[in-house]
Amino acid sequence: MAGRIGPVARVAGGAAAVLVAALTLGTLVAVAMRAEDAPQLGPADFAAIRFTMLQATLSALFSVALAIPVARALARRSFPGRGLLVTLLGAPFILPVIVAVLGLLAVFGRNGLISQGLMLLGFEPVHIYGLHGVVLAHVFFNLPLATRLILQGWLAIPAERFRLAASLGLSPRDVARTLEWPMLRAVLPGAALVIFLICTTSFAVALALGGGPRGTTVELAIYQAFRFEFDLGSAALLSLIQFAICATAALAVWWVDLPAGFGGGLGRVTERWAISGPGLRALDALAIGLAALFLLTPLAMIVAEGIPRLADLPASVISATGRSFAVALSAAVLTIVLALSLATLALGTRGWKTGAVEALAVLSIAVSPLVIGTGLFLVIYPFADPISLALPITALVNALMSLPFAYRALAPALAEAETVHGRLADSLGMRGWARLKHLILPRLMRPLGFAAGLAAALSMGDLGVIALFANPEQATLPMEMYGLMASFRMEQASSAALLLLVCSMGLFWVFDRGGRVRAAT
Amino acid sequence: MLQLEGLKVDLGAFVLRADLSVAPGTRAAVVGPSGAGKSTLLSVVAGFLAPAEGRVLWDGRDLSGQEPGKRPLSIVFQDNNLFPHLSVADNVGLGLSPSLRLSKDDRARVAQSLERVGLHGMERRRPAELSGGQLSRVALARVLLRSRPLMLLDEPFAALGPAMRGEMLELVQDVAAETGATVLMVTHDPRDARRLGGQTILVAEGVARPPVATEALFADPPAVLRDYLGPD
Repeated sequence: MAGRIGPVARVAGGAAAVLVAALTLGTLVAVAMRAEDAPQLGPADFAAIRFTMLQATLSALFSVALAIPVARALARRSFPGRGLLVTLLGAPFILPVIVAVLGLLAVFGRNGLISQGLMLLGFEPVHIYGLHGVVLAHVFFNLPLATRLILQGWLAIPAERFRLAASLGLSPRDVARTLEWPMLRAVLPGAALVIFLICTTSFAVALALGGGPRGTTVELAIYQAFRFEFDLGSAALLSLIQFAICATAALAVWWVDLPAGFGGGLGRVTERWAISGPGLRALDALAIGLAALFLLTPLAMIVAEGIPRLADLPASVISATGRSFAVALSAAVLTIVLALSLATLALGTRGWKTGAVEALAVLSIAVSPLVIGTGLFLVIYPFADPISLALPITALVNALMSLPFAYRALAPALAEAETVHGRLADSLGMRGWARLKHLILPRLMRPLGFAAGLAAALSMGDLGVIALFANPEQATLPMEMYGLMASFRMEQASSAALLLLVCSMGLFWVFDRGGRVRAAT
Repeated sequence: MLQLEGLKVDLGAFVLRADLSVAPGTRAAVVGPSGAGKSTLLSVVAGFLAPAEGRVLWDGRDLSGQEPGKRPLSIVFQDNNLFPHLSVADNVGLGLSPSLRLSKDDRARVAQSLERVGLHGMERRRPAELSGGQLSRVALARVLLRSRPLMLLDEPFAALGPAMRGEMLELVQDVAAETGATVLMVTHDPRDARRLGGQTILVAEGVARPPVATEALFADPPAVLRDYLGPD
């Protein structure tokens, strides 16, 4: 029965709630206390704030604007490979940022495909570093997300409306005005805000593609204050600013009623009339073709350039891979434990307490990893050497960042299992561990596999808080790969990127697939 | 003996009262209009709902605050009596150990009880591979193994055809005879009540009335039961 949970579950849920609160709100307090004795904001800090807002705004606008024709084409055209393409649109979410950056460099960089083509024709090569490079990378990551969100809106328009429009002889332009534009007006602000929020915490992209003082995000400035100047006061002050930006954007997202981005049901195509003109067909083909080219070419370059040297990767890359697996698997386990504990606690409480637990579970969306990292450093520093704890801290912060997604996958499934089978379990006296083992875990296999895969893949590819703490002996695979890039050993970096890509996607696939197979029995 | 003492269940829009006792070994049908509170009555006895007033007593012992799994009873619901991810044997085995730690001896008893309900050799099947009647048989095999002195049945065979329902009622009576259990069975169908024999608790107008002999009740039904049964 909902409202009655065992003492162990209550303790576990309470402990998870305290841990999450300490990591998000507690680290923020630590940061705020330290920021008091910080120097005034300098011109470089203001430049970082301006750059953060500017690149996030541009990234959101470009992603959403370019996604509209792609989503429209996917909503009304059925073609071989459409399902695969829609699935691929979900892939950038777990694609390691640093891998994508290397792929983009291979296409748009100084020695990339486009520059080489231009030079053959006698033009200057393009420059990717700076604002346009950062925005390009963000569009690469968020165009697919925007496309999925907008496609969802398109498919939510009832097919009967289009039939009615056809029977009344409405032209594509009329249909756009009466049916599609109102939908876009409802969906676009939410999609743009989500992408804005994601881009405000951008670290790895800015680290790799931002150029110097005029291409620094707040998140990157925290890292620089911390790592290069060891100015904890400035790092703390910047962390507060970062939190303010994120929290404002997150509140706005909350307020505009975010469309659900991970829903399925994108497989069908709404039947439409009066769209078979050659002009419209060519337009849709162009939108889909260009989008696929933009998204797939960088990945194809990673594979093509990574394969030749894959066999002779340096030993440091191999050992970094081992560390990354350890961190990723720990983060996955931790994410699942936290999400299940909180979901159970939410089910066993009522009223405002339930709301508080749910809010806590998704709170880390509004907190940036480097802010948590800075706070943790400030808390741990007086007692122990945070550098020696780099890997456990990375796993912990990674788990926290995956928690909102894991919670959203697990909580509804847990509630359903309890609603359908809870009484039977109660009547048989199944409690505690027996209930978890014989009822909850078997019923939750599918979302458990998905959530664990997501957490493991995100952690495997993460280049964030690890950069703040670790020294080269503790480097994870993304960090090792970035090190190779920074020292211009591009061939080895490409091979490491391919390895990282395979590891991240492989981890997700193994867990997600495992959950599905077990759930099927 | 089951006693409901000054019981009042408050579900906001609707209140159910009961003040009655059921003698040991009785087979009582619980009948009445839908929405009158038949299932609510069973939920209170089983411990899923706490009464606003009054007590549920078994052999003079107050069951208030006792968890459903600890009460001296087994319950069979209308559906979801089996966990779909567990084998038939495990579903029955839960009746012996809620953590499924089963000895070889326990496994043998599970097999025996399955044989008793006519499901010989079906231990390894999953619920999805069974028919509606077979699902009910598995649930009854578990009731048999749990061997609790009170058996609650909440319209367990509503989805089955008439012939199958008759078979199941016979099986219920056999199980009750073997375990010596008192039976409370909610049903929509007066024929089921008569086939069960024994007594009937009429639930109507917010009150669960004390049990009376079923044949006598249907021979001379009170007005509320007449309205429910309709013209013959």
